[in-house]
Amino acid sequence: MNLDALWESRRLFELGFLFTLRLTVITVVTSTVLGLLVALVRISRVPVLSQLMRVYLEVFRGSPLLIQILFVYFGAAFLSTSGGLSVLTAVTIALTLYQGAYISEVFRAGFESVPPGQREAARALGMSRFAIMVDVITPQTFTVVLAPLFGQYISLVKSTALASVIGYADLVRQAQGIIDRIGSPFLVYSVVALLYFVISFPMSLGARYFETRTSRRGPVTA
Amino acid sequence: MIIDVKQVRKSFAGTEVLRGVDLAVDKGEAVVVIGASGSGKSTLLRTINNLESIDGGKIWVDGVPVHEPHSAHLVHRHVGMVFQQFNLFPHLTALKNVTLALRRVKKLRTPEAEELGMAALQRVGLGEKAKSYPSQLSGGQQQRIAIGRAIAMEPAVMLFDEATSALDPELVGEVTRVMRQLAEEGMTMLVVTHEMGFARETADRVVFVDGGVVVEDAPPEQIFTHPQHARTQRFLQRTLAG
Repeated sequence: MNLDALWESRRLFELGFLFTLRLTVITVVTSTVLGLLVALVRISRVPVLSQLMRVYLEVFRGSPLLIQILFVYFGAAFLSTSGGLSVLTAVTIALTLYQGAYISEVFRAGFESVPPGQREAARALGMSRFAIMVDVITPQTFTVVLAPLFGQYISLVKSTALASVIGYADLVRQAQGIIDRIGSPFLVYSVVALLYFVISFPMSLGARYFETRTSRRGPVTA
Repeated sequence: MIIDVKQVRKSFAGTEVLRGVDLAVDKGEAVVVIGASGSGKSTLLRTINNLESIDGGKIWVDGVPVHEPHSAHLVHRHVGMVFQQFNLFPHLTALKNVTLALRRVKKLRTPEAEELGMAALQRVGLGEKAKSYPSQLSGGQQQRIAIGRAIAMEPAVMLFDEATSALDPELVGEVTRVMRQLAEEGMTMLVVTHEMGFARETADRVVFVDGGVVVEDAPPEQIFTHPQHARTQRFLQRTLAG
């Protein structure tokens, strides 16, 4: 068994883990912000902009993430005179656009789950559109949004693995390097899978926590 | 005159729901609007509060021209509205439901808002439910909280859009009692309802709407005992025969 060699490689696993974690944390934030903005534009039915968001959604949900990563990275290099984007920037942009498309649908479903009477009652009280969104609509979407949102984060963690194709030094990339040196792909990929699980399991717990909390409270009645 | 509706027209997808409605409500009056489902009475109420825009005519509410697009939103500061489905905010306690607009619209500080909010809850007889969430209250209690939420804003006029239609029969009484009490205190009210008992006992005037126009506008004694129009007679016969 190659356990000693595996242990010797712990520093590389650690590096890969930190790179994967870093990419996950960054894109969880950026894709959530993007998804929220896109959902807000779509539900407020801003002319032209709403339709553009719809096109964005269809394009990025309808094509493979791998192609999007290659497209952003090599596309930027092709267009730019200064060498294009860094690997991290390119992969962050691609992942944000891809995951943001899915996350915007999660938020949109949340906003649309709030009965129209809620907005009407708030308008009748003289509240501004902004105050209605912040104080009335958004708090009521939490129970609907949080479980699927964390579910989407699990998918996001796994999709970061594609970053290795353009040379991002994440877990997959490091694993390939380790296997080149010590062999034992089964063992190495087992460790990699375990380390992905360490990141995604808390999100899975989050999703389950919010699911049971929602069902315990029951459907919100107006 | 608090409400002055002149020749108001409104269509939905080519169907004209309001075909030139005229209606006036004076300060301190309680006016009840009756009519069959689909007669346009709820739409009329919603146009007065700018929840529906109008296609023609004029609406003045407490000096606000609701027919002018740029000033229409100002009407919300003058009008309180109670809905058939209560529309309480389910994530907020009864007291927070009442104080939200006091804080966000009237910009009161929390202690002042809560003082006014508690006073409003006590007026509808639910001071002890301040900390309850809507889901913990009966339909009748929820609707009384919704009335408290509207009157806390001290509107010049209150609109009731079938406020008791979604309630179990045994819960109707507690809501109409609160409405009657408001009318007796001199609140200007425009009430769309199917509760003929309430119309008869509380209204200063009853307005019968049919086919998108006001057919008859008279004191309740006259409407219920000597209706002038054949359409009013037919409607009352059907309704009171139950």
